[in-house]
Amino acid sequence: MFIELYLAFCRIGLFSIGGGYVMLPLIQKEIIERHGWLTLTEFVDILAVAEMTPGPVAINAATFIGFRTGGILGAILATAGVVTPSVIFMLLAAAFLRRFYEHALVQAAFHGLRPAVIALIISAAVFVARTALTDPASVVIGCSVFLLLLLTRLHPVIVLLSAALAGLVLHYL
Amino acid sequence: MRQLFLAFFKIGATTFGGGYAMLPVIRQEVVSAKHWLSNEEFVDVLSMAQSAPGAVAVNTAVYIGYKMAGVPGAFAALSGTVLPSFLIILLIAGTFTQFAQWPQVSAAFAGIRPAVAALIAAAVVKLGKPALKDRRSVTLTVIFLMLAIYFEVHPSFIIILGALTGIVLFRKADKGENC
Repeated sequence: MFIELYLAFCRIGLFSIGGGYVMLPLIQKEIIERHGWLTLTEFVDILAVAEMTPGPVAINAATFIGFRTGGILGAILATAGVVTPSVIFMLLAAAFLRRFYEHALVQAAFHGLRPAVIALIISAAVFVARTALTDPASVVIGCSVFLLLLLTRLHPVIVLLSAALAGLVLHYL
Repeated sequence: MRQLFLAFFKIGATTFGGGYAMLPVIRQEVVSAKHWLSNEEFVDVLSMAQSAPGAVAVNTAVYIGYKMAGVPGAFAALSGTVLPSFLIILLIAGTFTQFAQWPQVSAAFAGIRPAVAALIAAAVVKLGKPALKDRRSVTLTVIFLMLAIYFEVHPSFIIILGALTGIVLFRKADKGENC
């Protein structure tokens, strides 16, 4: 199981190109559907904690999921797994891949990668929304947060904390 | 080496909101305060870190660490970035299952869950605006989205497919610009 955990997070790290959110559909496939190590709701909660604590969201999520699946050793292996492709790739890039990036073929590949990345992030938004938007109140919170994030420059952590407060208020009304 | 570790530890421990929030702090520390890199070098590192696999902040740390002190430097910067996250999450994860039982905590999370969905949707808008300027990119996005949601194609295949269609579709256009 521990080797599986390390390899699963290696795959997740390898294919999350273009920022942390691309990880989400990968985690959904590898961790939730393939191995059944987490439920969707647990995953969305972990994601919320990962957003609100310092550091890269990918590392926070990997550590948390690794701990839930296999204790401290699980946390170490999941975190090591998710950074392994980064380390290999960036060391190669630093040593001799610099000119590779200016190559026309690579530029063209990135042009095609952008729509793929955006499509994957939309799919992540769809599956998190399916889990999170369960009643009218949650739809109202979701829509107001979306508008707040687009129209104001409020920090995401502040927005998440206000949403937590809204959840509490609704609970006691 | 110790400086590298400490600098990235400080960045990792104090920046909330993930990779893209960390980049300006890394710039401030590495370019303005310590003068380890020039501003142009930093922009180069960023474009590489964003297109490589994995978390952008981790990629940036590995690259800068390697530039400063070789492979040991890369690992010093890497562990500096990762360690604060790792320790804080271990603390939270260890007690989370107990806290999650509290009615207050589960009520708060009922409010946070839709906010997380909104956060991801807002990221789509911010990323999509500059990237989807031509009609072909928009069409590709729709096709990849259908593959991901209706046909449940594995995300890694969609990434590979994206790179391949990019090479096939956009190579001629990019060549034309170069001539």
